[in-house]
Amino acid sequence: MGSNVAENHPVSFKWIEAARAKGAIFIHVDPRFTRTSAKADIFARLRSGTDIAFLGGMIKYILDNNLYDEFYVKNYTNASYIVSPKYGFDDGLFSGYNPSKRSYDQSMWAIEKDENGIPKQDMTLQNERCAFQLLKKHYSRYTLEKVTAITGTPQEDLEKVYKVYGSTGKPDKAGTELYAMGWTQHTVGVQNIRAMSIIQSLLGNMGVAGGGINALRGESNVQGSTDQGLLFHIVPGYLPTPRAQWAKLEDYNKTTPSTKDTRSVNWWKNRPKYVASLLKSFYGDKAAKNNDFCYEWLPKLEPTQDASWLNLFDEMYKGTFTGFFAWGMNPACSSANAGKVRQALGKLDWMVNVNLFDNETGSFWKGPDIDPTKIKTEVFQLPCAAFLEKEGSISNSGRWMQWRWKATNPPGDAMPDGEIMNDLFKKVQALYKKEKGVFPDPILNLKWDYETNGKFDIHKVAKEINGYFLEDIPEHPVDKKAYKKGTLVPSFVFLLDDGRTSCGNWIYSASYTEAGNMAARRKKTDPTGLGLYPEWSWAWPVNRRIIYNRASVDLEGKPRDANRQLLKWDAENKKWVGDIPDGPAPPMGTQGVYPFIMKPDGVASIFGPGLKDGPFPEHYEPLECPIEKNLMSGQRINPAVKIFEGGLDTFATCDPRYPFVCTTYRVTEHWQTGVLTRWLPWLTEAEPQMFCEMSQELATLRGISNGDRVLVETSRGKVEAVAIATLRLKPFVIGGQTIHQIGIPWHFGWLHPKDGGDSANLLTPTIGDPNTMIPESKAFMANVTKITKQPTKKVKKA
Amino acid sequence: MKVITRRDFLKISGVTVAGLTLSQLGFDLTPAQLYAAELRTELRIKGAKETPTICCYCSVGCGILVSTDKKGKVINAEGDPDHPISEGALCAKGASSYQIAVNDNRLQKVNYRAPYSNKWKEVSWEWALDKIAANIKKSRDKSFTEKNTDGKVVNRTNGIASVGSAALDNEECWLYQKLLRSLGLVYIEHQARI
Repeated sequence: MGSNVAENHPVSFKWIEAARAKGAIFIHVDPRFTRTSAKADIFARLRSGTDIAFLGGMIKYILDNNLYDEFYVKNYTNASYIVSPKYGFDDGLFSGYNPSKRSYDQSMWAIEKDENGIPKQDMTLQNERCAFQLLKKHYSRYTLEKVTAITGTPQEDLEKVYKVYGSTGKPDKAGTELYAMGWTQHTVGVQNIRAMSIIQSLLGNMGVAGGGINALRGESNVQGSTDQGLLFHIVPGYLPTPRAQWAKLEDYNKTTPSTKDTRSVNWWKNRPKYVASLLKSFYGDKAAKNNDFCYEWLPKLEPTQDASWLNLFDEMYKGTFTGFFAWGMNPACSSANAGKVRQALGKLDWMVNVNLFDNETGSFWKGPDIDPTKIKTEVFQLPCAAFLEKEGSISNSGRWMQWRWKATNPPGDAMPDGEIMNDLFKKVQALYKKEKGVFPDPILNLKWDYETNGKFDIHKVAKEINGYFLEDIPEHPVDKKAYKKGTLVPSFVFLLDDGRTSCGNWIYSASYTEAGNMAARRKKTDPTGLGLYPEWSWAWPVNRRIIYNRASVDLEGKPRDANRQLLKWDAENKKWVGDIPDGPAPPMGTQGVYPFIMKPDGVASIFGPGLKDGPFPEHYEPLECPIEKNLMSGQRINPAVKIFEGGLDTFATCDPRYPFVCTTYRVTEHWQTGVLTRWLPWLTEAEPQMFCEMSQELATLRGISNGDRVLVETSRGKVEAVAIATLRLKPFVIGGQTIHQIGIPWHFGWLHPKDGGDSANLLTPTIGDPNTMIPESKAFMANVTKITKQPTKKVKKA
Repeated sequence: MKVITRRDFLKISGVTVAGLTLSQLGFDLTPAQLYAAELRTELRIKGAKETPTICCYCSVGCGILVSTDKKGKVINAEGDPDHPISEGALCAKGASSYQIAVNDNRLQKVNYRAPYSNKWKEVSWEWALDKIAANIKKSRDKSFTEKNTDGKVVNRTNGIASVGSAALDNEECWLYQKLLRSLGLVYIEHQARI
């Protein structure tokens, strides 16, 4: 669900085919019949934005038919935990809602603790306030009839999917979910995934071979770039960005997750070591214990500030920034409500745009309907090297960190991005040295030594990320061995909070050690036979290939699935065999620990009190939807979303001007905004232009034929496209009325190829999921009409 | 029977002249050797240097072998048969990697667009980086906030924002955020948010 793997991650699809050849059943649930559906054993159609209703029905089906894995649910999840009596749910609202702030008081949903601070449990799962019973109650409302009325999926299709997927609740069966932006780009994006994680936890499908919930990510290193903290709210290794209320490092460290339950590892308790080591990697010798490791120099957010993408461009539109970098990005096409972004770029004094090809962001000043003589923004367009013209590593969806070698030189004056950063920082530092300026300390004292013989050396950065000892350590507290100053740390287990270690990103510690560059390994042994390939490249953390793998064994450490032995306890030698375990502790039944070591309670969350929009996923309609009333409750949209209103931020629900549900998607031949692929003749020949898919019923209704030029419009913008009237889309019957759905790819832009069409994001709204602020590009309302006049050239001469 | 992949086969057949015997392989390679000899004369990649890399598009992480000629020019890019994920397969995008390297549309010069101008102007790296550094300093110094309205130390600039990039290598990502955070930026975002 939420992905089109055959078209968007084609090479991974060969493994789905391989699994099918061995008897696996492949299910595809999507608004559109795609090439993925064509290969599926079961295909079920649903209206965009109704996945929680679909999954809620599955939760009910699993519980009603006792398909859940009872051992797993009792031992490895919080199903037995007692929830505070303050928790409640009524007509679409959880307890603690503040309508004026559109937010919840999450403390109302706490897990109850006993006098020793240990969560209260009822292992019989009968207590009416235990998570299991609350789950049952919540999803009792998701009947087949109700789900069908919301999703438009026929009841028999629902039952077929529920039955087959529910059959993976046995220890010798595994089920996996592959999602992509089809799940994230909704105002309930996180809860879509939460709903599936509840199902996977009920069925015992987390931490096992062949299980999990897999994000099929769209960029080759979006895993790595997130790991390295290229988001406002995290610094490398998922450490929270400092905020104004944590003035001292001590205040920051007070927010370290804690537990009183000795059976919970709560790995995050080690966070202070990672923060201290990170600060050493930033400020080197200047960072000392007695000056808080220069923690004060790190920029701090306001206490509750959200500086995420949509807010960033909102601020830019309001004129907050004078300078802007678009480094390897094309927001003029990739951002929701791209028309607003294009306007916002004109409010800057200067912009730096680094890319392989010219793009709609760098050249926004000569875009459609923009007069360059009125745009003040100074633009620098810097040419960078492509992936095969430089050395370095990227991390894939499975956390494999793979090294890439340099095959050739970049063309002309183009330079690897790392070299550009190196040269630019040196210029800035020299300027502050020469001219002084406001608070220059963090710039003047930044540790920046990544050259060998006067040339930028990426290996030095790779070693900085791994980390090293800063002093001779005669007897390390972890293994009692001696380590020399300058030695690369063997792993994050050896990091210290006293300033004797430096490490740029703790989760990548062990990737580049005294034994060499682990990401560059190319040995193809597979001892478990599960395709883990432990000596091919390297996976974070510590080369663990399947995280939470302790959930794959029973209380004695015996694999619960004899055919897929991921991990087993060798009682004689007191060690684990198989994948790298989540820590060396013995099995749970022999005074061991809970399997979910990154969760403070150590178990998977059936009840999830940590999200902003509720501890259980609940169906709400998209911001823009075709029906007046949510059939599930009195709350039409997610009560916790932030509404952007005014100016270029408009939206229209049940507005006869925009009667059709629209979704965006991708094609195999293009990538993202097409910023690379639109410039490759082989690919543009295959997919030359913007199109709009619609059902034959809708085409007939609107007098549109295959190949006609059409105008797709929302309250925010319009895009021309070529019509494809197809059997792949079908009208839905929702709450008794016929609802049409259309779909458009988002790979195009006005700059190139000429007449290829413009970005689908000119149509999408500024609205985000309350937890992640990922925009809702997968369900919004649009109109489509036939263009009767001759096409007009929209591109202006520069 | 031992399975010989096409790549193994090319490797092995490449050393047959150095005296590989049939017993080392366990079966008769003569017809295959003849075919290989034919390939060697015909293949574009004859005598080329092969460099392994990983595809730049989606996150599956497929292996690509890039072939370069003696001058270092890319002459071919194809799936890496040794790679355990992709086993030599590539999608249309990955299979077009050659056209990323050999492409007249690539940006090859630093371009500058002055305020209110309607055209790009070619400039040197030195000139551009000096000017960008001066711009950074001006924007930062003008907007730098040492303490917020509550008197708390924040040491940040709200004058500059940055987006990028999942297209960078891990090492570059790390360096990029270090650079930006040293300047005091908090508006740091990228593709993972959209």
